[in-house]
Amino acid sequence: MKKIILPLQKKDITQLKPGEEAALTGIIYTARDQAHKRLVEAIRKKHKLPIDLRGKAIYYCGPTKTPKGKVIGSCGPTTSSRMDEFTPELLKHGLRGMIGKGNRSEAVARAIKKFKAVYFLTYAGCGALLAGYVKSAKPVAYRDLGPEAIYELKVKDFPVIVGIRGK
Amino acid sequence: MKVIPAAKIRNAVSDLCIKANLSLRKDVLTALKAAYLKETAKKAKTALAAIIKNAAIAKSEKLAICQDTGMPCVFVELGSEVKISGDLNSAINKGVEAGYRKGYFRNSIVKDPLLRGKSVYVPAMIHISITSGSKLKLTVLPKGFGCENKTQLRMFKPTVGISEIKKFIIEAVRSAGPDACPPYVVGVGIGGTADYACLLAKKALLNKVKRQKSKGKKLENELFNELNKLNIGPMGLGGKHTVLGVNIETYPTHIAGLPVCVNISCHALRSATAAL
Repeated sequence: MKKIILPLQKKDITQLKPGEEAALTGIIYTARDQAHKRLVEAIRKKHKLPIDLRGKAIYYCGPTKTPKGKVIGSCGPTTSSRMDEFTPELLKHGLRGMIGKGNRSEAVARAIKKFKAVYFLTYAGCGALLAGYVKSAKPVAYRDLGPEAIYELKVKDFPVIVGIRGK
Repeated sequence: MKVIPAAKIRNAVSDLCIKANLSLRKDVLTALKAAYLKETAKKAKTALAAIIKNAAIAKSEKLAICQDTGMPCVFVELGSEVKISGDLNSAINKGVEAGYRKGYFRNSIVKDPLLRGKSVYVPAMIHISITSGSKLKLTVLPKGFGCENKTQLRMFKPTVGISEIKKFIIEAVRSAGPDACPPYVVGVGIGGTADYACLLAKKALLNKVKRQKSKGKKLENELFNELNKLNIGPMGLGGKHTVLGVNIETYPTHIAGLPVCVNISCHALRSATAAL
């Protein structure tokens, strides 16, 4: 299994093969529907983004509440295609990795290739299992969105499968 | 008349929410384990192993099986000889909120579908049917929206052949693709009115997941076999197991129509039942 240290480097991305298993270590950011909408609105209005997207990886995830004594609750991926309409804009602004489940649109696949980014799949419906790979979690933006806030997750050997990648 | 205090219902619903979200249904787990043993595609087998391991971790670590703890659907079978002291709907919603808070589950409900707004725990979707006798049966089905979003309804002509209906069901699963967490359990509602076919499809998910060999289940078996040829597979990585089961519920309908609804469940098909 290929081990990848985040942030993503171009050379890491271009060497990946679709279908290949990999393990991610470093920082990823959760963002789902409403956070995507806000990020793209902020870009269009030329506002400063709450996180610097350059080289970063976004995880399509809205975790459960964190039980006492745990780092995070259940935290599996949500359906990626709902983010499709926002993704090309984020890639244009530096985003390089996405983790989710399911198919992407052709427009997203094209943008992934154009910007030499990567879309990973992770084990869908396995939020309890995936929680074990998260070492710390803190909300960093849009806290009013509750489970849809942007969380910064520190992950170790987070298991993914390469979906689409630019080369 | 048997009197059941609302507080008892509240507590039962709270417990059911916790049980459903932490302990995967036995029949679902059995189907997953059988699929794991039979699967030959390597990636599919790895994905099934992860799903089975996830269920074990959820139970032992008391973490929700899936972060999408769903829109809580509560089915009530209320015996006509039961009197509830207090308000049933309010008891159920209070129970859901208490259970979800206690289990650290996700508050995935927005009060206004258009304006969205703050995420909260309730209201639950409550379906009440009156039965005979003096029992109150409660079932909680936390329905995740990755799969709920793939629901399809079609109002067929009454003269349509069964092959057309099969085609529609297969197409509904094919179009869900890998998005809704396969291997799926496919709930199908046939008959009634448009709204009732949708309710039947959802209720079908409460039936045990197993390949029914009896004569009346021919359509279910045929669909099971055909859907598993779609090669979507666990996590969409291909394989023999696109569905774990197909459950069909039917009801009389009108001479002019034939409503069919498909309600897909992800592999994390969760529900729990109690009788008071």
